Amino acid sequence: MTEVETLVPRETPPDRPAKTVKRRNGWQVVWSNGKARTGIVILALFVAVAVCAPVIAPFNPKDSTLPPGLQPGGAYLLGTTNLGQDIFSQLVYGAQVSLIVGLLAGVVVTLIALVIGLVAGLLQGVVDEILSFSINLALVVPALPLMVTIAAYSPVHGLSLIIFVIALTGWAWGARMKRAQVLLLRSQDFVTAARFSGDGLWRIVFRELVPNMVSLVVAGFMGAAIGAIGAEAGLSFLGLGDPSTVSWGSMSYWANSNGAMLTGQWAWLLAPGLALSLLITALTLINFGIDALSNPQLREE
Amino acid sequence: MLYFLRKTGLFVLTLWAAVTLNFLIPRLQPGDPAEAIVQKLAGQAQQVDPEQIRAIRLMLGVPDTSLWNQYWDYLNALVHGNFGLSYGYFPYSVTHMIAEALPYTLTLVGVTQIIAFVAGTGLGAWAAWRRNTKIDSFISLGSTFLSTLPFFWIALMLIYVLANTLHWFPEGGAYSGEIVPAFSSGFVADLAYHAVLPALALLITGSIGWILGMRNNMVQSLGSDYTRLAVAKGLKERRVAWTYAARIALLPNFTGFAISLGGVFGGTLIVEQIFSYPGMGKLMYDAIGNRDFPLLQAIFLITTVAVLLANFLADVLVGVLDPRVRRQSS
Repeated sequence: MTEVETLVPRETPPDRPAKTVKRRNGWQVVWSNGKARTGIVILALFVAVAVCAPVIAPFNPKDSTLPPGLQPGGAYLLGTTNLGQDIFSQLVYGAQVSLIVGLLAGVVVTLIALVIGLVAGLLQGVVDEILSFSINLALVVPALPLMVTIAAYSPVHGLSLIIFVIALTGWAWGARMKRAQVLLLRSQDFVTAARFSGDGLWRIVFRELVPNMVSLVVAGFMGAAIGAIGAEAGLSFLGLGDPSTVSWGSMSYWANSNGAMLTGQWAWLLAPGLALSLLITALTLINFGIDALSNPQLREE
Repeated sequence: MLYFLRKTGLFVLTLWAAVTLNFLIPRLQPGDPAEAIVQKLAGQAQQVDPEQIRAIRLMLGVPDTSLWNQYWDYLNALVHGNFGLSYGYFPYSVTHMIAEALPYTLTLVGVTQIIAFVAGTGLGAWAAWRRNTKIDSFISLGSTFLSTLPFFWIALMLIYVLANTLHWFPEGGAYSGEIVPAFSSGFVADLAYHAVLPALALLITGSIGWILGMRNNMVQSLGSDYTRLAVAKGLKERRVAWTYAARIALLPNFTGFAISLGGVFGGTLIVEQIFSYPGMGKLMYDAIGNRDFPLLQAIFLITTVAVLLANFLADVLVGVLDPRVRRQSS
């Protein structure tokens, strides 16, 4: 929730048509959208669970001294794993990993995409050609095979590796969108006006271009965060994450490899996937409100 | 013509970049992955052909040689299709292992992608045509919900419900143990029976993109002037929907089809692992577990080249179908 608040512009962009009479800040626009509001509330709940995990979780998620293989119910809300860990506690702690990966990888991916998109859009000629080529290359190279190939070589398997491979493969889509937006904006009258009034390149970039790209950047961040959360879960499910971290992906990995399906421990199998789905749904819903930032027709009054 | 030349040039350039990327990845690693593999192979009871050791070195790195020489030798080995020995499946060569696995994945991906494309665009067009009705909300909300579910989770649920609980389909594998692989109708039927669940997992996730994409495109093309003209002329609804609105809305999906293949190969990695389906994805998964770098590297290269080729073909196809694209670039 905090990242939405801080990244949203304080003022409405200057090129907005005059008929939107009431000037509202970006946060109000997003909040006034019913879907986005639902998403923000769900996301806030996840953040609260992640922050208060030590209070909410009844057991240490790595504590494997409990009776193993229990069905849901009683003191063990969702049962225990075959290794004797409490599944509900693991689920609660798993929220931390997904949120951290979503936030960090989302920020890194967005920054790379913004810098490359800006540079490619502003500089024409060879630099743009090379960067556009790199963007297209990164778009078509299959992401998951590239991620696992790099991860397989790495001697350490931790969150930093996962964030690294996500950043390496995830920036291209955002960079392409931002380059297109810069190309569109740079030919508009207010940029020409700024140039004629003697503004330097940096001033034009940060006072004219970037403020008009805020909604695109925020939407790009949400998309990157969604992708990163999914990628972390996928990589951990394939056993390429840090085996000692408790995440929803690694829970599914252990559930699958310990035959939770055959022993009928449905909660072990079901819960991490549903938690992931709910978190991604929340972020997708927030994105509807962010779309309304850049497109006033989508706003709900 | 210029359009096709430009696309061909771009394809060759992308191909070169992918091949170079494949060269660089093992060489940027800490330590010497090639040395590790060569030493493990030396520990095998059977004598290892020195030619094969050389091929592995060319793929993964040669000590004490300049990068340029290595690069040149690497390209040379690639042209001859010489990827060296698989460590995990010793004494088989990498090429042999891939030749075994490739038909499974190609069939699985080929069949599911075509069905997903046809069904997905069809459903998307239907939703757009009946937009703001119950059919539309069912299709769009349903596919949006499915798109938030983790891919591996959908596959696990399919096994749990359809294989373990209802016993309608086998849990995994490509064919039953008791059947002898041969080109008989019984064996083919058995293959198809085993492929249903992995195919279903790929189908469910594969069609979502087409449904949502086609719905968006078609809502736009339904609002455009030529569609309104078609309605004004008094053409039948069905004709307006399919020959006017859907036809133009289909074009962006052709390019999308090729780009999506990259994602599909990622999907097979997960699906084949879950269903123990002996294709490229399972092979790649096992190569990671065995730290079988020669095999891993070759699979990555082949997957990438396949996706690049599909993209190139899609570009050519769109150029043939849409004259506007050709004119833009000349």
